[in-house]
Amino acid sequence: MLLSVQNLRVKYGNIEALHGISFHVNRGEIVTLIGANGAGKTTTLLSIMRLPPPEAPKVVEGDILYEGQSILGWETHDVVRKLHMDLSPEGRRIFGNLTVMENLVLATYARKDGEEAIARDLDRVLSLFPRMSERRKQRSESLSGGEQQMLAVGRAIMTGCDFILLDEPSMGLAPLLMYEMFRTLKKLNELGLTILLIEQNAKVALNFAHRGYVLDTGEIKTSGTAEELKRDPEVKKAYLGG
Amino acid sequence: MQRLTVPALLACLFAVLLWAAGTGALNVYWQSVLMFMGVNIILATSLNIINGNMGEFSCGHAGFMAVGAYVSSLLSVALFTKSQVFGEPLIGPSAAVWLFPLVLIAGALAASLVGLLVAIPSFKTRGDYLAIITIAAAYIVKSTIENIGAIGGARGFMGMSAVMSAMNETINLPWIMIWVFVGTVFSVWLIRRFIYSTFGKGVDAICQDEIAAEIMSVNTDRVKLVAFMVSCGLAGLAGGLFAHILGYVNPGTFTILKSTEIMVMVYLGGMGSLSGSVLAAILMTLLIEYLRDAFGFLNTFLHYISVIPDSYEVTQVWKWVVIPLLLVLLMQFRPEGIMGRRELADVFPGLRKFYKFKG
Repeated sequence: MLLSVQNLRVKYGNIEALHGISFHVNRGEIVTLIGANGAGKTTTLLSIMRLPPPEAPKVVEGDILYEGQSILGWETHDVVRKLHMDLSPEGRRIFGNLTVMENLVLATYARKDGEEAIARDLDRVLSLFPRMSERRKQRSESLSGGEQQMLAVGRAIMTGCDFILLDEPSMGLAPLLMYEMFRTLKKLNELGLTILLIEQNAKVALNFAHRGYVLDTGEIKTSGTAEELKRDPEVKKAYLGG
Repeated sequence: MQRLTVPALLACLFAVLLWAAGTGALNVYWQSVLMFMGVNIILATSLNIINGNMGEFSCGHAGFMAVGAYVSSLLSVALFTKSQVFGEPLIGPSAAVWLFPLVLIAGALAASLVGLLVAIPSFKTRGDYLAIITIAAAYIVKSTIENIGAIGGARGFMGMSAVMSAMNETINLPWIMIWVFVGTVFSVWLIRRFIYSTFGKGVDAICQDEIAAEIMSVNTDRVKLVAFMVSCGLAGLAGGLFAHILGYVNPGTFTILKSTEIMVMVYLGGMGSLSGSVLAAILMTLLIEYLRDAFGFLNTFLHYISVIPDSYEVTQVWKWVVIPLLLVLLMQFRPEGIMGRRELADVFPGLRKFYKFKG
């Protein structure tokens, strides 16, 4: 198991947002966490990545293990540097005033594995996302939403990560661009990238992932392979529209 | 040739200054104006790290300057001269020439330690709230100094002139001029190296988006800590130089008005532009000197045409109306300052032919 979340209970002040959830991700897998608004998806991500305050939720019970080692309380930059695990955050958060290329290069900020590895990753990102290659000199705020999302994923890869957490990448994307992005992510997965996808759009998520968990009001309701979940009557009714 | 242009120019400038100060071609008044210019350059460029590059808002820079001013003054008086406060010198006047830079460094280090007062809260606090903390820190410093009677309290502390003359007696050179020059060049060099280093790119990343910076593996706490300590330390260096130029320090100098003056320089120059800050510091120093004359002239003129009563004098206090007003006008009509976020070489690309920096 690459990442294993065990009986996680998380609070914002006095309000408990996660009531003891457990799930795991194996190396090389695509796992999805689906759920409606307020189910606790982003809270789960924030608990793993621990982004800077004040939004940070507080873990009151349970543990988060990376290859068996607890990473509870690790700071984001350490998670990125040492575990090669990165986040493509909600709202993308690219540096709008920099060009596409500058965004990608800046992501190598703390890499110590040499110019060659960086050049290889850059080649990979530019060839997998041809749009990035075309627009490498363009200011990234002038990109469309979908292209910005691709840039956010590309940037995460440039930090040298082999495990990526995606927070609602489909949000606000034109369907065509969304499918293009998921196809590329699938290719990246075949090249060895592990993916944890947090999604509201259950249909897309279950077509893309190997396994999935259904999160509802802070609890894991069901879990199983993507095929099983797609057939599950409850999931069908609540998330797939009949 | 590219690599030598800047050092050669600086060396020429240095030689000319030394010659002019030595022969009296530059009178004492203009010498002090030039020295204050140097101090202002250090202050503006160092505040620019926080307010410009990092996008935080510090209004307590004068407080850190005060720490540097007092620590280095106390040290130099205690070490090198006989005084009422410390009695006999610990080392003696003849060592002043050699140990003076260490005194300045001690002041800078002390200021950067006090900078922790702001740096540590900055891990969790941003924007307006951090601005309030910086004001508080500056007031803590000022009130502490005012309430230590042994070092003069609100009356101020003096004795540094004796150290300066002791240095001149050992080797006859305009020492304080030399150290202001060296300090200014060192500060600009250090800030340039810091901001353009890979580590320093983190400062700009924090300015843009702290969360994005973290997921790009920037240790934001550490970057903030270093940025604040460098900035406050350089303010301390400027304070030490300032105190030794005047030969006298007074906590009343280091109020929020002084911080405002430094802030005006940063905003005038353009946020995040190092060359802009240098330019603005030079302009502001000249402007303030010009205002000094202008108010005298205005006073005479207004009395002459009998617009104001005889009992009222237009004094230098009006400087504090003009400078904040300048800030208001600046924000209204050219909020990006002289240079915006650009550097001199971005505005005049031809300059690049003449120099080359690493990084």
